[in-house]
Amino acid sequence: MKSLTPDVMVTSLGQVGGILAVIVVAVVVLELILYFLLKKILHYRYALPFMLIAPGLVGLILLNVYPIAYELYIAFSNMNLLRFRNPSHSLAIGWENLKSVFTAPVLKQQYFFPVFLRTMLWTGIQVFFHVSLGLFLAILLNRPMKLRGLYRTLLVVPWALPQVVASLAWRGEFNFEYGFLNVMLTRIGLQAIQWKSNPFWNFTAMNITNIWLGVPFMAVILLGGLQSLSKSYYEAAEMDGARPWKQFSSITLPLIKPIMTPAIVLGVIWTFNNFNVPFFINENNLETSDILVTALFRAAFDFNRYGFSAMFAMVIFLILFGITIVYMKAVSFSPSALAGSKARETLTVGEEK
Amino acid sequence: MKTKSRFYRFFNRSVGDSPAKRVVIHFVLIIACIISIYPALRVFSVSIRPGNRVLSTDLAIIPAGATFEAYASVVRDKDFLLWIWNSFFITITTSAIGVIIASTSAYGFSRWSFPGRNAGLIALLMTQMIPAPMLMIPLYILAYKLGLINTWRGLVIAYSVSTIPFSIWILKGYYDTIPIELEQSAMIDGASRMGAFYRIVLPLSAPSLAIAFLFNFTSAWNEFLLARIMLQKKEMLTWTLGLRQIQGQFQTQWAEFSAAAIMISVPVMILFFLSSKWLVSGLTLGSVKE
Repeated sequence: MKSLTPDVMVTSLGQVGGILAVIVVAVVVLELILYFLLKKILHYRYALPFMLIAPGLVGLILLNVYPIAYELYIAFSNMNLLRFRNPSHSLAIGWENLKSVFTAPVLKQQYFFPVFLRTMLWTGIQVFFHVSLGLFLAILLNRPMKLRGLYRTLLVVPWALPQVVASLAWRGEFNFEYGFLNVMLTRIGLQAIQWKSNPFWNFTAMNITNIWLGVPFMAVILLGGLQSLSKSYYEAAEMDGARPWKQFSSITLPLIKPIMTPAIVLGVIWTFNNFNVPFFINENNLETSDILVTALFRAAFDFNRYGFSAMFAMVIFLILFGITIVYMKAVSFSPSALAGSKARETLTVGEEK
Repeated sequence: MKTKSRFYRFFNRSVGDSPAKRVVIHFVLIIACIISIYPALRVFSVSIRPGNRVLSTDLAIIPAGATFEAYASVVRDKDFLLWIWNSFFITITTSAIGVIIASTSAYGFSRWSFPGRNAGLIALLMTQMIPAPMLMIPLYILAYKLGLINTWRGLVIAYSVSTIPFSIWILKGYYDTIPIELEQSAMIDGASRMGAFYRIVLPLSAPSLAIAFLFNFTSAWNEFLLARIMLQKKEMLTWTLGLRQIQGQFQTQWAEFSAAAIMISVPVMILFFLSSKWLVSGLTLGSVKE
């Protein structure tokens, strides 16, 4: 057993120091090249902003753009554990991979479409509960009352816990004999539940965990939104004799839509991509609890079918992209509305130098 | 008389809600709070169970014969300190690199409308849509070919870059609220363009830099997936990997797992609550501002 010795510490710090030096040198070289190229040779008026964003841009190209391009290349190969060093690449193999994503089991038994439908169900359930319970709690908290700060603090505990800790702790609590859910169920005279081996209950366990984890974030965001609404709308509605439900549906909902929409977009993306909860709760590796991203991970790293998994990953990304676009269209939310606005008025300062 | 009026004030601090409604609201909120903290308290309660009664169907928060033995045992018999050290130094390094790079990029995005600016901002948002396991396949193969498996090098680069898009968004949103006139007057007084950024904009942005740093910190600190495929050597495990290892031996080591979980979570939660006001305003800033 190795433990924390000065030796280990020196080794790790040495490695990190080395890579830090490499990063600094790379940034300096990059900036010098850009400086001479854009400023001295081309006299480009946007030389400075490009120099400013260059390090981040290069980093993202290295970590996102290049790997995805490389993944597309692997998607057209038969790379697996046996053919790791010299896989062959061809369009035909890519087509085979694409076909087998839809026609062959993606894991041992599960086909693509059941996993896909489960992912949609999972995302739907999660976003529904996060938004409805989050909004419910936000409305309850959005009033002057005693103990409000205390309630707020206690309610965000699940969000404050590290997700890995929370998922692993819940996984322990789904233990058949000693988990508190089963203990409570048997105390009130019900049957204990097979959370880990029964497919239906395992999926339910995943959902319970993630609802518990996700509601606080939504509640806090929506509470922030509710607090920014002006009281005067409600006073006016009160004068006109609007009932509470009417006030909710025709004042509250439309006014917090600008905050709710990005929160829901993010919620859908995060839930669809949530790896930790399904992966940790599903202790017995039930294929019936896998959603697309965990299935992808297992296809790649348990079954080592890299070529196939790369194609599978492309399919998943396109699906997520499609869902997001459709949703944004449906609620007429555009990221460019967020991106736009400010730079116009600030044009002059940057540019005259 | 006194108690009655206190009761009255408790439930009637504002007009609109009847006392009965207030009672119901408090009741619902108390139930919600119990649901939200009971599982967390449970972890604590298991962590202080005495060794011979770790496996029990006891539901009490403070078990009979409570002891902190499991905490000592995690530190003494497990590589707990090593895991924390590994997570900590890599988290601090990568958060610092990430924030420094994002702070200048965000300034470029905030103050100039260079060609490709809007496309760039949207591309940054799009990177948030990439499923993490999707990136793992090429990153693993590339890391393997470049000999970066079981080194800190690959992990440092990956962690530093992965939160840059989010940090740029947060910082750009904040820079946008700083009046450009401040920089203009500094430049009239002879400061250079970057001098104005360094001496005026950066100090004013301290709160948002703190948020970005915190965000980087928590996402690197809690990262599991990339660490899982990049690190296999025993002396390189981060706490997420180590904790999962203890959890795997659940039947025998529930108390140790819980003690480790508590020791990891409490500092993070304190940090979270200290900064939660900024965190929320930072997250909602973009949408509220429009």
